[in-house]
Amino acid sequence: MAEFENASALVDAATKARLAGYRKMDAYSPIPIEELNEALDLKRTRLPLLVLLGGIFGCFGGFGLAYWVSVFAYPMNVGDRPLNSWPQFIPVTFETTVLGAALTAFIGMWALNRLPQPYHPVFNVEAFARASTDRFFLVIETTDPRFERYATWKFLEGLHPVGVSEVAP
Amino acid sequence: MDKSHAPMALSAQTKALLSRTPAVIEPGHTFESVTETIGHVVLSKRTPIGWFLGFFIAFILLMILNMTIGNLLMKGIGIWGNNVPVGWAFDIINFVWWIGIGHAGTLISAILLLFRQQWRTSINRFAEAMTLFAVACAAMFPLLHTGRPWLAIYWLFPYPSTMGVWPQFRSPLIWDVFAVSTYGTVSALFWFTGLVPDMATLRDRAKSRIAQRIYGMLALGWRGSAKHWQRYEIAYLLLAGISTPLVLSVHSVVSFDFAVSVLPGWHATIFPPYFVAGAIYSGFAMVMTLAIPLRKFYHLEDFITMRHIHNMTKVMLVTGMIVAYGYANEAFFAWYSGNPYEEFMMYNRMTGPYAVFYWSLIAINAVMIQLFWFRSVRDNIPFLFILSLLVNVGMWLERFIIIVTSLHRDFLPSSWDMYAPTRWDFGMFAGTIGLFLALFFLFIRFLPAIAIFEMRTIVPEAKLHPVAHTPRAGGPGLAEHHG
Repeated sequence: MAEFENASALVDAATKARLAGYRKMDAYSPIPIEELNEALDLKRTRLPLLVLLGGIFGCFGGFGLAYWVSVFAYPMNVGDRPLNSWPQFIPVTFETTVLGAALTAFIGMWALNRLPQPYHPVFNVEAFARASTDRFFLVIETTDPRFERYATWKFLEGLHPVGVSEVAP
Repeated sequence: MDKSHAPMALSAQTKALLSRTPAVIEPGHTFESVTETIGHVVLSKRTPIGWFLGFFIAFILLMILNMTIGNLLMKGIGIWGNNVPVGWAFDIINFVWWIGIGHAGTLISAILLLFRQQWRTSINRFAEAMTLFAVACAAMFPLLHTGRPWLAIYWLFPYPSTMGVWPQFRSPLIWDVFAVSTYGTVSALFWFTGLVPDMATLRDRAKSRIAQRIYGMLALGWRGSAKHWQRYEIAYLLLAGISTPLVLSVHSVVSFDFAVSVLPGWHATIFPPYFVAGAIYSGFAMVMTLAIPLRKFYHLEDFITMRHIHNMTKVMLVTGMIVAYGYANEAFFAWYSGNPYEEFMMYNRMTGPYAVFYWSLIAINAVMIQLFWFRSVRDNIPFLFILSLLVNVGMWLERFIIIVTSLHRDFLPSSWDMYAPTRWDFGMFAGTIGLFLALFFLFIRFLPAIAIFEMRTIVPEAKLHPVAHTPRAGGPGLAEHHG
């Protein structure tokens, strides 16, 4: 794990590490940095698709509920108007669509991020406490095919970090 | 970030204008200083004496709420002033008032995010908190108006009860249940999502063991990983995109409670946009009412700058004018419709027993807000504070007029009656203000009132710049934190 002083240094380091052939990496920063997605070659997330599905589910669920209740479960004849008075089911359908999409966005984001996660090795590094304030970190994992304890250490040192440390499992 | 700041692209006039526009954040701030200034309010062991004083007042009002609810549950809603023509009174007035206030929070957090308005950053967190607390206060009124809130579950929510009874999906009141509960849920999710990275910051900076544990749990193990941030940003944007039509729908649905009925003064197509504008107008007034003391007492003038105050007044001016147009439109159509009941409704509003309230709301919402045109007014903070309180009063009166004057004299003079609230009505109203303030006091003491990580993104430090590879001279040694 290498520690950097600012976002530019981290993006620079991440780019260099990827060019050097490292693949299993992660970067940690106190603010979202869009450029890291490219530097680390992150895949686009599936989240938007899930949210769309959640919204569609909410939409059909809401309309289905209103339809089923008004036509089958509790039909109420009001002046012989049609039981399936669909324009009046739209507000509820709209709200359940929003609810379905929002719940999927919320739950989906945390689930894809594997959070909540009570323990993670990076927290073993004392300096990492500043990752949530003003320091930037690049981690190369031991599972990386190119990982080699000494060489990787030297490589990280060559990126001009504030410090390099080993993360206890 | 903002490329329009390239000096050559600007005319002298634009430059002069820019120099008159205060910054979103005062210069000289770094990641550390932003984090420390906002985090200190929460992590400091010392609670300001003013906090206790404010919380004490809020607590007294909250106890009045408890007493009112207790009495209500024992005796029923007969303790209120509601009567036969005016079956909806303080409950629905206060409900609409509170829900409306909530709208500004979502507008700031969602719509301004989509429009990339940077100034939203320092006010979105507490505005969202305001939304949540306002929705909680609002929800209390229809629930207690049922008199037996424990039975309200099967009246309001579609669940398979043994009685086989289901709610009526053609009723705007059921739409309202769905709209408000969705709104409350989505606002809470949005708010919590925004809070998580800040909880991680507080977890890492807290000194006391208990604070570390509690913030640690709330942080869900957030570690600022690039992969996480990527999904986080997408989710945040999606939530904002979803909330935008939601917030517009909620007050539209609230206005359907009236517009779908056939009562003169309610049955109008102008209602949804007019209600939404009114909601944003009153909501910004409440944000202003909260922001002015907050920045003063917690010395957050660097983050909530004159820019924010100016922009909020401008939003109030615009939405206030839309509301004023709504009043004009109502009066015009009452006359133009040629319908005697509509005409009488307007005549009764303007000259009837409640005319004084009608003219007060016109004085506030249509006339007084014209003061916001003047820069000297926008710069005068104590005066703005008073004006924002008056706007809240004006918007409350608007709902009073819409609800009471339409109900108390409808089609048949034989069913006319007057409405007057009882002390329990006032107790309930004051009580919810107490609940709102008490929650808000707790919020500013225990949670960061300004989004720390979002503030970091607007300090100059967050900008990327080409890396100059100078070997570090006096930095910490490499082996310093050898795991």
